[in-house]
Amino acid sequence: MEEKKHTMTMLVDNQPGVLSRVSGLFSGKGFNIESLCTAPTMDPRVSRITIVTKANPPLIEQTEKQLRKLINVIKLRDMTGPKAVKREMALICVQAKPELRAEILRIVDIFRCKVIDVGIEHYIIEVTGDEGKLAALINLFRPMGIKKIARSGTLALYREPK
Amino acid sequence: MKLTGAQIMMEVLKEEGVDTIFGFPGGVVIDIFDELAKTDIRCILVRHEQGAVHAADGYARAGGKTGVCLVTSGPGATNTVTGIATAHMDSIPIVIFTGQVPTQLIGNDAFQEVDIVGITRPCTKHNYLVQSTEAFPRIIKEAFYLARSGRPGPVLVDIPKDVAKEAIDYRPVEEIHLKSYNPTYDPNKKQLRKVIELIEQSKRPLIFAGGGVILSGAAAELTQFAHKTQIPVTTSLMGLGAFPGTDPLWLGMIGMHGTYRANMSTGACDLLISIGVRFDDRVTGKTDAFASQAKIVHIDIDPTSIRKNIPVTIPIVGDCKISLDHLNELIDQADLGDVAKKRQNWLAQIEEWKNTNPLAYKQEDTIKPQYVVEKLYELTKGEAIITTEVGQNQMWAAQYYHFDRPNHFITSGGLGCMGFGLPAAIGAQIACPDKLVVDIAGDGSIQMNIQEMATAVQCCLPIKVAILNNAYLGMVRQWQELFYDKRYVCTDMNCAPDFVKLAEAFGAVGLRASKPEEVETVLKEGLSVPQPVIMDFRVDREESVYPMVPAGAPITEMLLV
Repeated sequence: MEEKKHTMTMLVDNQPGVLSRVSGLFSGKGFNIESLCTAPTMDPRVSRITIVTKANPPLIEQTEKQLRKLINVIKLRDMTGPKAVKREMALICVQAKPELRAEILRIVDIFRCKVIDVGIEHYIIEVTGDEGKLAALINLFRPMGIKKIARSGTLALYREPK
Repeated sequence: MKLTGAQIMMEVLKEEGVDTIFGFPGGVVIDIFDELAKTDIRCILVRHEQGAVHAADGYARAGGKTGVCLVTSGPGATNTVTGIATAHMDSIPIVIFTGQVPTQLIGNDAFQEVDIVGITRPCTKHNYLVQSTEAFPRIIKEAFYLARSGRPGPVLVDIPKDVAKEAIDYRPVEEIHLKSYNPTYDPNKKQLRKVIELIEQSKRPLIFAGGGVILSGAAAELTQFAHKTQIPVTTSLMGLGAFPGTDPLWLGMIGMHGTYRANMSTGACDLLISIGVRFDDRVTGKTDAFASQAKIVHIDIDPTSIRKNIPVTIPIVGDCKISLDHLNELIDQADLGDVAKKRQNWLAQIEEWKNTNPLAYKQEDTIKPQYVVEKLYELTKGEAIITTEVGQNQMWAAQYYHFDRPNHFITSGGLGCMGFGLPAAIGAQIACPDKLVVDIAGDGSIQMNIQEMATAVQCCLPIKVAILNNAYLGMVRQWQELFYDKRYVCTDMNCAPDFVKLAEAFGAVGLRASKPEEVETVLKEGLSVPQPVIMDFRVDREESVYPMVPAGAPITEMLLV
């Protein structure tokens, strides 16, 4: 069966060890984690974890069921598809030789990113967007030389009814 | 009123109706043991912490109450892990209290410190590190609630020494509410109605029941359901006793060492009603070929069990007892017609399978292990609580002791934990003091927790251990014989203690049978004395368990005697 990318978010008790329960479940059951983000919500007792995983549909179903079974998981929601907004942030350190500096800034402008650090031979660029935008930007920078990259992993929120 | 953590713990244990704790003391739990002595709670001192958990497990399985253990930090805690994993795989309600170093020392590699909450996260239903005495009463309450509700399981509570010592104002916790935990007990009625429709249409229906039926106390409802619909019944190892082993509709156990007729029926049925099972690989064999002609109904309280290994036509999340109750009502309302007549052909086919390949062995000059189990069944009239170790002894017990009642067969099903039977027998005997409790053991398994004989002697528990002694790790030897050209690597156990002398050394009674004609005499004597007994049956060394489905093969492809 075909493996698909799958995004899910869950509200969990904001307590020590909860993240370990969630990630331990993935490693223990042999599920895969592509990315994982966690931070407290407006209610300091509750955190939101967003996980992107890749698996075939029955395994996704099993993963979600297993996560729901964890006592500290309050609510789990499937964020795959257009019903949720998804964003990722990346910090990209690009090699900026004098002859390419103008080109890099043009790309930054087109993609509505920000240069947040400038050096003799590099720019650090901050970018936010969906998966496609980040992939496109990375593709453009790759030939120039990406020295380092830090990505946040996907964050997702369900769209409210209009 | 100010109470220390240890005193609070006693208050909550009393509220929870705890009458027995299986434990082993140590530095950080002395305060708790000290308080325990001031209550009416009976404390059973085991000889190894693994034994404490298995005993609590046996206590829970035989008596239907939550088992409780109390051990110290570090090695005391790590020694419980095998027992916890055993209970987790078989969904047995146990609360394990472990001591921990004082909170300010946690993380310092202090003496006897271990991160037991981290270690047991994957093998408990849930676990807690108590970080303050204020949180302690609620955590104990939650632990008991989680252990016994929904799909039961072991819950561990790690108690730092200062939490047990500190005194606070204690107010009892009235009610437990966990917003993230709401097991579904009531099944979807629409789904249940579909089951009735399928039964009406089915020509070759089969019921496959498991440990869930026993855990939810649904054996009577299951029997009623089978009788009303005249559907034959097989169970998993964990389900033995959920349906009477002497009933005409009983097919015997399913799976790797299941009966010929149970496995063939599974292959041929057109409707498989599975209740409280999880389709373990030892049951299904090759999953693609499992019940391949059948529509499958799956009733279980745990949604993760459903569609985990086997695709299902009608999934039903709910408690087995409530679901079967509803099904029985729906059957009364529906008109199934003359079910006995409808089933005639199907039951005749099953009868034929039964007659072509029944469970069988030949009793010759040496004692056959099956003969010992059969004799035991006869002499106890099938009324004993049987615990087992793991391996051939377990399978022969499952095949040749016919269980008519639930909670009478106590075995490590999921984890397959050798060394389980003896401490489990201790727990079962404490839960059911008036019952005869027999551990059917192998010579290999029994040596894994033999130290618990001292516990049995100290507590005057008249448990009986019947060792089917073939001086081999028999099940592995059987695999080596069949699949590894008889290379018996590391399975010859010919250097074992003299079990009769060993029994006597513990202060128990030791008996031995080396010839078939001695079996009955030894059993009669062993079962009648009021002390703990070890009976050493010197059985045929190379007897194997049949039928056998090679691992990964379809269950209809059996090696027969």
